[in-house]
Amino acid sequence: MVWQRSRVRLDNDNRAFWTGGADGKLNIARCGDCGGFIHPPREVCRHCLSDKVAPFAVAGTGVIDSYTVNHQAWAKDMPVPFVIARVALDDAPGVYLTTNIVGCPVEDVDIDDRVRVVFEEQDGIWYPLFEKVA
Amino acid sequence: MSEVGVRLARSPLGLTLDAVREAIADAGLTLDQIDGVATYPGKMQAFLGFSPIGADDVIEAFGLTTRWHVGAAETTAQLGAIAEAAAAVKAGLARHVICFRTVYEAAAMARPDEFPPMERRKDVTGNSQWVSPFGAFSAANWTAQFATRHMKRYGLTREQLAQVAINDHANAALNPRAIVKQPLSLDTYMSARMISTPFCLYDCDRFTDCSTVVIVSAGDALDEVRTIPVRIAASAGSVERYSWDQAEWASAYPTGRDLWKNTDYRVDDVDTVQLYDGFSFQPITWLEGLGFCPVGEGGRFLEGGKRIARDGDLPMNTGGGQLGWGRLHGFGFAYEAVVQLRGEGGARQIGGNPRVAVATSGGGPMAAALLLARD
Ligand SMILES: [Zn+2]
Repeated sequence: MVWQRSRVRLDNDNRAFWTGGADGKLNIARCGDCGGFIHPPREVCRHCLSDKVAPFAVAGTGVIDSYTVNHQAWAKDMPVPFVIARVALDDAPGVYLTTNIVGCPVEDVDIDDRVRVVFEEQDGIWYPLFEKVA
Repeated sequence: MSEVGVRLARSPLGLTLDAVREAIADAGLTLDQIDGVATYPGKMQAFLGFSPIGADDVIEAFGLTTRWHVGAAETTAQLGAIAEAAAAVKAGLARHVICFRTVYEAAAMARPDEFPPMERRKDVTGNSQWVSPFGAFSAANWTAQFATRHMKRYGLTREQLAQVAINDHANAALNPRAIVKQPLSLDTYMSARMISTPFCLYDCDRFTDCSTVVIVSAGDALDEVRTIPVRIAASAGSVERYSWDQAEWASAYPTGRDLWKNTDYRVDDVDTVQLYDGFSFQPITWLEGLGFCPVGEGGRFLEGGKRIARDGDLPMNTGGGQLGWGRLHGFGFAYEAVVQLRGEGGARQIGGNPRVAVATSGGGPMAAALLLARD
């Protein structure tokens, strides 16, 4: 997909998530006290209210919780159709990432398919996309 | 309610004025008796077509003297504004509250110089940063994923989803104010172009221009009202996650359960339901969440469409819903519930002398429900 993705404005909370791909890492905020994951990332743990929250590199594997094949070109240069999916990460309970499933025909995607992260860089942002695990 | 249309020339304040005039005339009130204003979501400068008129505009333009007002997006979906008004009059903060929702999305899209649209390509922040970069710009994309999961888990079919649109179109055709004038066939539905699977064109509501007003009055102020009053018997609302993509369930489920906690009415007492249907899937979550059928059975409840028809066991969206009447953004459901309970539905009026109705709004991560009764 060569379509120009929305550019995310980086801040202290989200920088590790959107730039971790430079090192091949999918960073999800995690609490140093209770071990819970906080997504979207915030400086406070939504589980125990600790403020010892820091980025944590997860494995980048998961399962498709649900998906939709988008046929509507919401922007002029948006190539359609493509798959928008919610991926549940294997090792970050309760976290879902909205993403695209790439590298396969849209009709090959289904709920419960196993996937792993691949990064697409545009202008300093590493967008985490997912492809099916063969 | 004002004129309902697509790309209306009348200004959003003018539509609001029309709706307020009609509502106070219907109630037998005058503007100097109005002492409260409630609206959802308040004026949104960043996207004026979505909510061009705030509580402050109504207070200022109509010369109201209010003791209480609110206009906020951070409430339990659209009908949360009406629930807040009910709480305010119960607490003695106001006696007669104008509750309104003015939408101007169709006209605004046609006149971007006057009503600047949100720039989709700009830097994204807040919750949109987690979905927009992946092309998931629309609530259609987000809601569709919940529908896909329902299909996989419970066997929901497109033919069942179609019944929401078919029922809405049939009812809208009898509603002189609806933007849709023609019935919809299953064949037309099934062959329509896809927006975001499983949603086709007919599963998504259409931008509309309209203002809808509901007046909430205190129980001890009814001697000032000259119309058939409808009582708010209960209300409920909840938020699952503000970040949609983290929500596991639609808020219709906890909201539906909560609605029955502070009332002696039960599901069996309900004569008609007006269920938020910005997308055809949402009434399924409401039917399940409110307890009209078990979780997972919403699709089968709709099967064939007879149960939800005007002469069915549970007439649904009798005014045409958002797929037929237009995207009135939640307030149309409360309005239609009142119309039906008063027996003022004309050609679309249901039989059986309805006494109890449920109106809902939202159905993604934010939801609100009202139980309305005519004593
Ligand atoms: Zn914690």
